[in-house]
Amino acid sequence: MHGRPRKTPKPEEEAASVAKAQKLRALQTQFFSFHHNKIFVAESMKRSEQDELKYTEDMIYKNFSNYSAWHNRSVLLSALFEKKAEGFLSKEKVLPEEYEFIHQAIFTDPDDQSGWFYHLWLLDQTVTTDSPLLASSWPGHGYDVLLVEDRCYNGSAFSPFTALHSDSGSFPIVLYFNQPVGGVSSSTVTVECGFNKNEDLLWKPLSASNSQTARVWVAHLKIPSSDLHSTVEVSVGHSKGIISTRGFEYSHPSMFSFKVHVQPMERDFSQVSVAESISLREENFKIYGAQSEESIINSFNQLSIENGHESTASNWRSEALAKEIECFRELLSLMDCKIGKLTLARLLMAYDVMSYPFANKLVHSEEVLELYSDMMKLDPTHYQYYKDEHSMVLLQKVTSSKESLLQHCFQYKDSVSSAICGPICLRLNNLSLSRMGAFEKLLWVQMLDLSDNELQSIEGLEAMQLLSCLSLRNNKLRSLTALEPLRKLKLLRVLDISYNQIGDHSIDTTRYLCSSPLSHSVGSESTKDETVTRDVALIDNWEAFYIFKDFNLNQLDIVGNTIADEKFKSVLVKIMPKLKQLDGKLLG
Amino acid sequence: MAELAVDKHVKYILSVEKNKDSFESVVMDHLRMNGAYWGLTALDLLGKLDSVNVDEVISWILKCQHESGGFSGNIGHDPHILYTLSAVQVLALFNKLDVLDIDKLDITGLQNEDGSFSGDMWGEVDTRFSYIAICCLSILCCLNKINVEKAVSYILSCKNLDGGFGCTPGGESHAGQIFCCVGALALTGSLHYVDKDLLGWWLCERQVKSGGLNGRPEKLPDVCYSWWVLSSLIMIDRVHWIDKEKLVKFILDCQDVENGGISDRPDDAVDVYHTYFGVAGLSLLNYPGLKAIDPAYALPVDVVNRIFFSG
Repeated sequence: MHGRPRKTPKPEEEAASVAKAQKLRALQTQFFSFHHNKIFVAESMKRSEQDELKYTEDMIYKNFSNYSAWHNRSVLLSALFEKKAEGFLSKEKVLPEEYEFIHQAIFTDPDDQSGWFYHLWLLDQTVTTDSPLLASSWPGHGYDVLLVEDRCYNGSAFSPFTALHSDSGSFPIVLYFNQPVGGVSSSTVTVECGFNKNEDLLWKPLSASNSQTARVWVAHLKIPSSDLHSTVEVSVGHSKGIISTRGFEYSHPSMFSFKVHVQPMERDFSQVSVAESISLREENFKIYGAQSEESIINSFNQLSIENGHESTASNWRSEALAKEIECFRELLSLMDCKIGKLTLARLLMAYDVMSYPFANKLVHSEEVLELYSDMMKLDPTHYQYYKDEHSMVLLQKVTSSKESLLQHCFQYKDSVSSAICGPICLRLNNLSLSRMGAFEKLLWVQMLDLSDNELQSIEGLEAMQLLSCLSLRNNKLRSLTALEPLRKLKLLRVLDISYNQIGDHSIDTTRYLCSSPLSHSVGSESTKDETVTRDVALIDNWEAFYIFKDFNLNQLDIVGNTIADEKFKSVLVKIMPKLKQLDGKLLG
Repeated sequence: MAELAVDKHVKYILSVEKNKDSFESVVMDHLRMNGAYWGLTALDLLGKLDSVNVDEVISWILKCQHESGGFSGNIGHDPHILYTLSAVQVLALFNKLDVLDIDKLDITGLQNEDGSFSGDMWGEVDTRFSYIAICCLSILCCLNKINVEKAVSYILSCKNLDGGFGCTPGGESHAGQIFCCVGALALTGSLHYVDKDLLGWWLCERQVKSGGLNGRPEKLPDVCYSWWVLSSLIMIDRVHWIDKEKLVKFILDCQDVENGGISDRPDDAVDVYHTYFGVAGLSLLNYPGLKAIDPAYALPVDVVNRIFFSG
C-alpha cells in the first residue's frame, strides 16, 4: 500500500516473497501485454459476462494466487445465475465444473488463501436453497399447550414441555426460518382460532435492532378467557409476500396446528409464588423421568412440518457434497493442512444436515468435533474460531436425538415449595461452550442452565421466546451490552449473570450490536421522558439503562462482576423498580 | 516483550507538528488536516492532549473552511469531504463542536440519487465517502439531513460474496473499505445486514504468522490494518478469533524506540499515520495505560459518550 524506505526485511519474509516474486515474474512477462490487450478489447467492444468469465479463467490458469480474479469470477457467476443466462440456468451443471476448477488452485498450494473464499462461496451456493423454508416453530405441529396464568402448576396432566406459564395474558407463536426473511404479517401468515382475530396479530422480527427482516418472527395470542380448549391452525406463506434477504420468495406453503388448554389461576398457589426464589443449584434437580418420554418425542415433531418437496429435488446437491468430501479426504491423506480440515468439517456438517434434514441424524458429528479439536492445535492463532465452531457442532449433536437431549433434561424441584413440580430445565452447563447455537431445536425451553461454560456471547438467544429462567453464571460475558438478545425475551423473570467479566475490559465488542443512540437505533425521546434518568447519570450508566429498562425481572444475580459494586446495584434497582430480589437479597 | 514507548511517541508527534521544513511535513502539506487528526487523537489516547495549544489548532482549522462549507487539507487547498471529517473529529476531541455552523456544511448535497456519496465537487464515488458523511453528520447529531435508508442500501450493494465490501458495487473486498462499510452500518444501526461469521472468518484470516494483519489475502502485514481489521472485528463481536497477544507484539516491534513513532512494518521508517494506527490498535487491544477508542467513530470513547450521553 505504501512505498517507503526500508531497512532490513526479516529473512523468512524475504525468502517467501522472493520465491513468490520469481513465480510471478515468470508469469508476468507472459501476460502483461496480454492483459493490456484484454483491457483494450473490453473497453472497445463491451465484452459479455460470458467472455469476462472466460477471461478470469485465463487469468487464474496463469496464476492461481489471484484473489481479484476469483472475486471477479464470483461476481460474474452470480450475475449470470440471477439473469438465468443461457448455460447458467441450473446450478446443477455449473457448480461441479467450478469445484473442479477451484481444486486445481487449492490442491496446488493449500496455504494460499486466494481460492479459500471462493470454495466457501461454492459450498454456500450448493447448500442454500434459493427459497427460504420454515425450519421450526413453537408451538410445534400436534402440540397440546397448557396455559397457566401463574407460575405454580402441575404439569403432569399434560406434557410438561408444552405447559406454559404466562403472567402477561398472552402467549407467543414463534416461526423459525432457515434464513432471514421479511414480509411476515397477518396477510402472509394466517392464524385461525376461536379467540383471536387473525388481522389483529402483529408479527415482529426478532432481530437485534430495528430491522424488518429476521430468521425468527413472533406474534402474541391473547389467552382465551372463556374458551378453555381450542385448536389453533397456522398457515405460512399461502399468499405471497415472505421474501428472503437474498430476494427469493417463500414458495413452499406449510401449515401446522396445535391445541390450547387454559388452566385458570388458582389463588392459593399464586400467593406462595411471590416470595419464592428460584435457584438453579445441583440439589434442586433430578434427572428427568423416563415416564414422560412421549413428551420429548412431541418436541421433535416440531420439525415435521410437511417439507417433503426438497429432499427429492436436491439429489445433485448431496452428490456434489459427497464428491467434495471424497476430494478433501484425499487431500488430507497427502498432507496435513488447516484449510483441508476446515473445509472437510464444513462439508460433513452440510452433508448431514442436507441428507437427514428432518430425521435429525448427524452421523459425522464425532469426526467433525475431532477435526475442530485438531485445528485448534494446528492453527493456535485462530483457536477461538475453531472453538466457537466446535461449540456449535456439539450443540447440534446434543440436540440431534431424543436420547442425547434427555441426558440434559432435569426436573426442577424448588427447595422452598417442594410439593410443586416445576418445569423441565435444560442443563447445558459445564460443556466448555464458547458460543450458543441450535436454537431452532430449543424453542420450547423455559428454564435453561448454561452455567460454568466459556460463553462470550449469547447471540441468537432471542429466539428462545419461552425462556423464563436463565443461568449464565460463571461464563466469560464481558459487557452489559452483550445481554441485548435478552431484551426480546418478554417472559424472562429470573436471570443469573454472576461471576462473569462484566466491567473488566475497556473495549466493548457489543457496543454497536445493542440498540442505543450511538447507532441511532433508539430515538432520543426515549431517554428524555423517562423519570429514571433524573436519578441515574446516563453518561456513566447508559449500558445498564438501555439494556435493563425493558426487562421484567423478578430476580437478578450479578455478584462476581467488576461492575457490580453497591453503587451500581442501587442504579439497577432504580432502572428496574419491579425487581424483587438482587444477589439473593429481597428488596423492600 | 517490549513496552509502548509513550513519552518518545508523544515527543515524536509534537516534533512532526513543529518541524514544518521536514521531508514529511512537505509531502503531507496538502493533507495536514488528516495529520492533525492522526496526531491529536494519538496524543489523546496517550493521555497527553493537554500538551497542545487548543486555540491555535481551532483557529487554523477554521481557516481551512471554504465558502462552500467544506474543509481543505490545509489553508489554500481545495476542500474535500476527507478533510471535513478530520476537522469535525478534531473539534470533537476538544469539545469545540459549537464553533461550527452546521447548516453551512454541505454534506447533504454530496449524496447521489442511488444513495452513494461523492467526495467533492468532482464527483468521485466511493463507500469511504459514505462512511465519512454518515460519521460526520452523526457526530454533529444531524444524520436526518441525508437519506439514511438509501445510503445503507448503496453500501449493501457493495457487499461481496466473501462477506466483505468494496469501494463500488462489484469492487473487491479490502480491509480499509470493510471498516468504512461496517462502520457506516454500525452508526446507522444496520449491522444485522452483515454476515458476521463469514466476514469474521475473512477478517481473522488477515492475521499472518508474524502476528500482524494484512488488508487482503496474500498481502504483507501493515500496522494500519491493526485499525481497519481490528475495529471491524470488534464492531461485529468477532475479535476473539485472532491472537491478540501476537498482534500487540507485532505493533510494539514496529516502534522506533530511540526517536519515537511507529512504522508500517518492523524496521521501516516511522510516520504519524502509522503512529496513530499503532496506538489506536493497541487501545483496541486493551493495552494498559491507553484511553479506550471507539471502533466506529474512531474517537476516544469518552469523547463519543460525551456527545451522545451528556446533557
